[in-house]
Amino acid sequence: MAKQHITFTLNGQQLDALVEPRELLVHTIRETLHQTGTHIGCETSHCGVCTVDLDGVSVKACTLLSMQANGSEITTVEGLAGAEGLHAVQQAFIEEHGLQCGFCTPGMLVRAYRFLQENPNPTDEEIRWGMSGNLCRCTGYQNIIKAVHSAAQKLQQA
Amino acid sequence: MAATAEDISREEALQGIGCSRKRKEDPRFVQGKGNYVDDIKMPGMLFADMVRSPYAHARIKGINKEKALALPGVHAVLTADDLKPLNLHWMPTLAGDVQAVLADEKVHFQYQEVAVVVADDRYIAADAIDLVEVEYEPLPVLVDAHKAMDPDAPLLREDLVGKTEGAHGQRRHHNHIFSWEAGDRDPTDRVFEQAEVTVKQEMYYHRVHPSPLETCGCVASFDKVNEQLTVYITSQAPHVVRTVVSMLSGIPESKVRIVSPDIGGGFGNKVGVYPGYVNAIVASIVLGRPVKWVEDRMEHLSTTAFARDYHMTGELAADKDGHIKALRVQVLADHGAFDACADPSKFPAGLFHICTGSYDVPVAHVQVDGVYTNKAPGGVAYRCSFRVTEAVYVIERTLDVLAQKLGIDKAEIRRRNFVKPEQFPYQTALGWELDSGDYHTALDKVLKAVDYDGLRREQEEKRARGELMGIGLVTFTEIVGAGPTRTCDILGIGMFDSAEIRVHPTGSVIARMGTITQGQGHETTYAQIIASELGLPSDQIQIEEGDTDTAPYGLGTYGSRSTPVGGAATAVAARKIRAKAQKIAAHLLEVDENDLEWDIDRFKVKGVPGQEKTMKEVAWAAYNNLPEGMEPGLEAVDYYDPPNFTYPFGAYLCVVDIDKHTGQTHIRRFYALDDCGTRINPMIIEGQIHGGLNEGYAVAMGQELPYDEEGNSLGNTFMDYFIPTFVETPQWETDYTVTPSPHHPLGAKGVAESPHVGSIPCFTSAVVDAFSHLGVTHMNMPHSAYRVWQQIHELGLDTHG
Repeated sequence: MAKQHITFTLNGQQLDALVEPRELLVHTIRETLHQTGTHIGCETSHCGVCTVDLDGVSVKACTLLSMQANGSEITTVEGLAGAEGLHAVQQAFIEEHGLQCGFCTPGMLVRAYRFLQENPNPTDEEIRWGMSGNLCRCTGYQNIIKAVHSAAQKLQQA
Repeated sequence: MAATAEDISREEALQGIGCSRKRKEDPRFVQGKGNYVDDIKMPGMLFADMVRSPYAHARIKGINKEKALALPGVHAVLTADDLKPLNLHWMPTLAGDVQAVLADEKVHFQYQEVAVVVADDRYIAADAIDLVEVEYEPLPVLVDAHKAMDPDAPLLREDLVGKTEGAHGQRRHHNHIFSWEAGDRDPTDRVFEQAEVTVKQEMYYHRVHPSPLETCGCVASFDKVNEQLTVYITSQAPHVVRTVVSMLSGIPESKVRIVSPDIGGGFGNKVGVYPGYVNAIVASIVLGRPVKWVEDRMEHLSTTAFARDYHMTGELAADKDGHIKALRVQVLADHGAFDACADPSKFPAGLFHICTGSYDVPVAHVQVDGVYTNKAPGGVAYRCSFRVTEAVYVIERTLDVLAQKLGIDKAEIRRRNFVKPEQFPYQTALGWELDSGDYHTALDKVLKAVDYDGLRREQEEKRARGELMGIGLVTFTEIVGAGPTRTCDILGIGMFDSAEIRVHPTGSVIARMGTITQGQGHETTYAQIIASELGLPSDQIQIEEGDTDTAPYGLGTYGSRSTPVGGAATAVAARKIRAKAQKIAAHLLEVDENDLEWDIDRFKVKGVPGQEKTMKEVAWAAYNNLPEGMEPGLEAVDYYDPPNFTYPFGAYLCVVDIDKHTGQTHIRRFYALDDCGTRINPMIIEGQIHGGLNEGYAVAMGQELPYDEEGNSLGNTFMDYFIPTFVETPQWETDYTVTPSPHHPLGAKGVAESPHVGSIPCFTSAVVDAFSHLGVTHMNMPHSAYRVWQQIHELGLDTHG
């Protein structure tokens, strides 16, 4: 199958890639562009370890064709930290022990980053629903909820 | 002597034992810089994918690879016939059985590996597996373990025909694997015959799967020029994998390098050696190129290491006051098509004989029979020490049944039967020596914290109104830290573990262990142990694990063994260094070493203020100014053979409200008190407990791997297999007591699995308790809304109001 040319912005950098029409975005990001922070867990949109931010929306890159990302702006976990250091959600996950094996963490962080823009001052219940597309086997979620709260506070103060 | 402010600040600067130090692993994980197996790329790397059987039991009549081989980008299609000349078509399992690497003439379970395709990328490999044509002749399928030993049961393992002796003694039937027992059968039976009260409860501990978010996989790379094999692998036991790979391939162990990089969760699933690994290794050797194999989720849930599948009958004999007189347990264990349990070699049912629990049981007998069925092989310890979850479940459930029969409150019956603090070390009727415990204190603390009497009053009121509220209670004892090498080995290798510590001239440290972290935070906590032992700041202590070329040989991380065994090795190695450092300090201070005392981070001359040398100063001297005849350097190795297991314990309480129209169970409260002895990092301990409770919740309330009569797996995607999300997961309350282990150098016992082991029977206890006033004694897991509703419906509770 002939490869197609697509362009998009990944973590602020304009990129182009040749992709198969059937190629999944998560494979383009991980294998062609070598950004391996975004993971693969289920390939059925259930677990959320492949979550990336695409034009301001959290999407699961394991069930999106790369062609669909043509012309879009994508942020992955590698794009969260800025020149001034870690993003508030990254710092809060460390402070509140919101991660263990780290495999769900990139997707979790990218989702938290978007969720706190959708809802800057969430309740526990709103965090539980807002983050519910991302699974974690290690933490029992409780410290992730704490971390999202704590990041919300920091972001509001900023 | 009272600690001064200066002492405290020196101690705090170390961030040693007891400190909730932030994790050293986290900065890389939060920035997407973890390095997991699927992140590894090597020049020229190919991808392997598996052709798998759609049938649970069938004869392979023929395999046609031609179309697959004709697809551009396909490099090889391997079948059992290709592996036969290498004698690699079968491999030994950890349980003393053999397992087909690729199906040899027959498939024994659905999704079994039939052929491996190697191609340029994963897309081509996926296309090619569809082009491999396999002709099957379906055979009668055996799914029900209870029918496995019927005279006319299908013969599953033709390769074992005529072998009446298995790895664990006599086989009674062609589908029988082993019969194993512990305790005293006749004395136990006699007590049962004469007892004032007896109870008997059958229960099925269903088949589940650990299912970490990272599936299993590897990258195998054989260097033909140097004849060296490197394998990056999702393994909880890389050193054992190296030994197995060397034995299978004939490549000297010193030329095999196994690396467990970052592991995306294990929970027992990543202990074994799977056909996928072996196939990737063979393909790399054959093709001379690196080969990557990574499972998808369906393959993971269908083929790599399930847990449990125990059909148990628990019986207790007691007096009319509820004092236990004897325990009898019978188990039918469904091991699937190959016996690939991951247990210490001598224990085919793991440490199941810890099933006397926290109780003073005078006499007991347990028997476990393992059988083959047409299901995936496995039988790993899913977030528990070997079969301990099953053991705790059977005793806690049966004790609830006894309490119910006698009309004694379940807290009170536990109190009456606990091993008392003064009885430790306590010899159990099934052969263990419980090292330490204070069960009464733990239970009382929990009952007080939740206002148990108040909850019981509330329950009475609700029952009067026809509402369903249940209170679950569990007081468990675990057995972890395998184990003493006189009893515990894997493939003949004793289950010690190891630590190697080197202090550099400037006082920074590198330490390597035989264990491997999968989220437990070893890079953080081992450094804390060394910091406290050596008085050097943990921030300057680098921990490395998982690379067999650099780390000392160890048996790996599972069964909560890292702290009990690896942590002990770390403490002992550090103490060897401190002993040498003391001699160097004495030399520098020109005193006898016995005139020195250790004070946080330095040696002081007793009674002479100001005469002291810090460990950092001693480290420098170790490389340039040593006592006469002493060799330079400051390092030590310890291979620690534990004198006993450790026995963490806890008291858990769960409150549930059940909707009698939908069967939905709401977990109102879950209170978990754990005693893991000395606490190295309270933050990490709490995190481990949250995670274990959540996995316990998953098992008790929804996870299962069922099969239909044809042997089709019905639970092998995340659509079907329950992983709790943020929404269902209850809020956890944690608490602790500290009863150090008397034999562990630090008094630590291990913790990560207690919450899984303890919570599962607690959820069942709570759900059953909601119906206990109606005569219900047990309900099998998982307690999904539908199953609970079936109980409600059977009792006619949903008919009105």
